[in-house]
Amino acid sequence: MIAPNSLFEATPAAAQTDAPGAPRLESSKGMPEQTGAFSDASSDVVEQSRSLERGFFVSTKRDTFLAFRSKGEVIQALVFFVMVVSLFPLAIGAETVLLKRIAPGVVWVAALLSVLLTLPRLFASDYLDGTLEQMLLSPFPLTLIVAGKMAAHWLTTGLPLALIAPLLGLQFGLGGDELAVLVISLLLGTPILSMLGAVGAALTLGVRGGSVLVALLILPLYIPVLIFGAGAVEAVASGIDYGANLSLLGAGLLFGALATPFAVAAAVKISLD
Amino acid sequence: MTGAVPETERKIKPNAMPKSSAVQGTFRAEGLTLARGARWLFRGLSLRVCGGEALLLRGANGSGKTSLLRVLAGFTVPDGGKLFWNDRPLAPLGSVGRDLLLYIGHANAIKDDLTALENLAEALVMDDVAAANRTPEALCSALDSVGLSARRDLPARKLSQGQKRRIGLARLLLVDKPLWLLDEPTNALDTDGVNLFTGIINSHLERGGLVLIASHLSIPLAGTVRELNLDETVELAA
Repeated sequence: MIAPNSLFEATPAAAQTDAPGAPRLESSKGMPEQTGAFSDASSDVVEQSRSLERGFFVSTKRDTFLAFRSKGEVIQALVFFVMVVSLFPLAIGAETVLLKRIAPGVVWVAALLSVLLTLPRLFASDYLDGTLEQMLLSPFPLTLIVAGKMAAHWLTTGLPLALIAPLLGLQFGLGGDELAVLVISLLLGTPILSMLGAVGAALTLGVRGGSVLVALLILPLYIPVLIFGAGAVEAVASGIDYGANLSLLGAGLLFGALATPFAVAAAVKISLD
Repeated sequence: MTGAVPETERKIKPNAMPKSSAVQGTFRAEGLTLARGARWLFRGLSLRVCGGEALLLRGANGSGKTSLLRVLAGFTVPDGGKLFWNDRPLAPLGSVGRDLLLYIGHANAIKDDLTALENLAEALVMDDVAAANRTPEALCSALDSVGLSARRDLPARKLSQGQKRRIGLARLLLVDKPLWLLDEPTNALDTDGVNLFTGIINSHLERGGLVLIASHLSIPLAGTVRELNLDETVELAA
């Protein structure tokens, strides 16, 4: 459809609507005193003195606080992790050698799935209740805000998983060295899961059946983390050097921390377009 | 201070103004064009709002009021057109725009798990309001003045829609941004709430603030109030 180019100037209708009956807000009513001038609107140069990098901590603190307010979701993911891992000894039976052999893979797959379970809450509720719009308009850069959200997500999912994993490893008869490497590999790997998951969660915002789509989108990207994470524990179990696996996880962590906040911020902006 | 600021007073140059008086900002949009599907929601639309002025966006459902506000806020990148603040181009969601704009959409940005007070506090932290302006006393008195003093510590899930909307009004009282974009702000508000809202807008206009409101209601605002009817733009574009 082709339309003529029309230029509209808002017409002054109902100009000077002086309403004597309109209620006025008086400071005697307990209205907070408002300053006369807007702080930074008039100046052509935006204040640079404010520390906008606080945005990361503001957003981490906010999301962690919210997660603790609705503890249920945090605990659910943790209980899911414990239950999935515990199913294997029950199903396979007390074959110590076999259990010890599959332990790293089982713990890592369960960790991966329970992180996947928590991904929808990363952005979906903020998207639905309009908080995400306000975050886009916050003076803090969106990149730092989403980075803070990822950090909070890891603090409330990945970190508890890594801390509880040694207890589950005992069920499989893992030794001290193996347990230590398992925890280290989870500490290095679960932040990557949170970061990659955030990309998927942001891309599928507002999409119907988004949580399944996130799984399909993100699970292939989780495969390297799974291989290196479980591989590190297997390596220490077979007496090989596990340093390479952990180094690769660390490299992934650094790369993810640098790249994913930008990707997530871009995806969030697209979702709200 | 009552009534509208006379037109002459509002045209004084910024550098000639005493420090306490209001800021003279001009928000301008030029040639905004946005298509939805095969239809132009608006095409070549320009508007200008000066300090102390309110612009009411009118139009039937689906005429593009919300879309226009989202373009002005920077969420939606238009198919054509530019935004200016004091004749300087505004990038969508750029740092200048984010310091200027306050947008309240259909959603209240209220977390059900937090209390009214916590919700307000979190919103102001995200707005980077100076700590001195968001002391517990300031928050409480803002909530008092929007009539939520007794509900301050209730989880927001126990509040009605109108009460959640009033938390948003309390935020308007404490955030120091000149350009307000409000989408159906009176939704779910009762008569008293609408009066309260009108008062807040009027005092913002008196300080030289700019307000764009998409609303069906006629709001008795002081100062220069102009209307933009989006139905007409659709007709002309068809």
